[in-house]
Amino acid sequence: MAQTLKLEIVTPAAKTYSDDVEMVTLPGIEGEMGIFPMHVPLLTQIVAGEVGVRKDGQESFFAVGDGFAEITGDHVAILTDMAVRGDDIDERKAEEARQRAEARLQEKLTDEETALVSAALADSLAQLKVKRRHRR
Amino acid sequence: MPSTRDLRRRIKSIKNTSQITKAMQMVAASKMRKAQQAALAGRPYAKLMNSVLAEVTFHAGDFTHPLMEVREVKKRGVIVISTDKGLCGALNSNLMREAAKFDKNTTSHITAGRKASQFVARTKRQLSAEFTYKDAPLFSEAQAISKFAQDLFLNGEVDHVDVLFTNFISTLNQKPEARPLLPVGEIKAIEAGVEGEGHGTELLRGATEFLFEPGAEQVLGALLPHYLNFQVYQFLLEAKASEHSARMVAMKNATDNAKQLIKDLTLEYNKLRQANITKELLEITSAAMAMG
Repeated sequence: MAQTLKLEIVTPAAKTYSDDVEMVTLPGIEGEMGIFPMHVPLLTQIVAGEVGVRKDGQESFFAVGDGFAEITGDHVAILTDMAVRGDDIDERKAEEARQRAEARLQEKLTDEETALVSAALADSLAQLKVKRRHRR
Repeated sequence: MPSTRDLRRRIKSIKNTSQITKAMQMVAASKMRKAQQAALAGRPYAKLMNSVLAEVTFHAGDFTHPLMEVREVKKRGVIVISTDKGLCGALNSNLMREAAKFDKNTTSHITAGRKASQFVARTKRQLSAEFTYKDAPLFSEAQAISKFAQDLFLNGEVDHVDVLFTNFISTLNQKPEARPLLPVGEIKAIEAGVEGEGHGTELLRGATEFLFEPGAEQVLGALLPHYLNFQVYQFLLEAKASEHSARMVAMKNATDNAKQLIKDLTLEYNKLRQANITKELLEITSAAMAMG
């Protein structure tokens, strides 16, 4: 099947990725899922984690935050609050962000602040995870 | 006829003013660049979000969400997004002219930005809440506004919420626009300044099957508030981009006008100076002749 999927990863700050790919894996709220072309239309929430992309047999990875993914037969649209390409992750920065977020969680926060900080924490953890997994 | 000293003073004061407007123009220009970038960067996300939501509401079938409930409109809410400061040309007065079109008796206002609150207070309209937002709008600020509007809507205090903001079209062109926010229904109407090519999802309108994971209810429950928050955020960004663009243009005009004034006044001053010198010379020579 020579068909491809049009993958778009979009964050409020930028369009991180837009290309035709062969396969996408994404962190759905009910578990990791792999998407091939001609997938049945699906809308899912995604959690912070790793998006894998296969294009021309080459794998590449993105760390993403919470968001949504819309899947139709020929395209995948990922809406998320954060997306960083695996190679661009700055481990030190992510680690710092993680520590900062963890420290803030210890303080007394309102519900909204807690939600914000937890999201930031999940984002940095996702970055670290992706980075460490693909270092080898 | 003003004296040379008066003219000199005026020229000096106009020069000072033009220095200030020039500085403001520079500041606005640099802020404008940032704000425009932010507004433009948010557009693809807003657009994709719109098309996703349009798709979803189309496929969700019978399922409805409290935020999508269409009621008879007895009370309206309107979120007015203005600037904090003036000196940005006709931006705010254009916006307020639109705001004045809402029925005074049935509309309650949620304001963002100081100018909007002043307008509401001055015209004795109903004010539900006042919000502020910074030069670089934060998502949390938008969230607070949107949350408040959602609560009003869900409590039944208002039956319809519009957002009135200045849409950023280009540096020279900004347009005040009212966009419906709640109930979430006619998604097509809600496009935060998004133009251009479609997304290709229209092709799937015919598809019968559409899965939701974990379920339509949960997904919509999470998506709708997020959609609204983001929508408000994008409106704030657009308003900011408009503000700085308008201010830069206004200040550029002010600087140009000041320069022209200085030129005219300098000419007049020189003429007057010359006339005075000639007059003095005449006096001296005629005095000398009378003596001689």
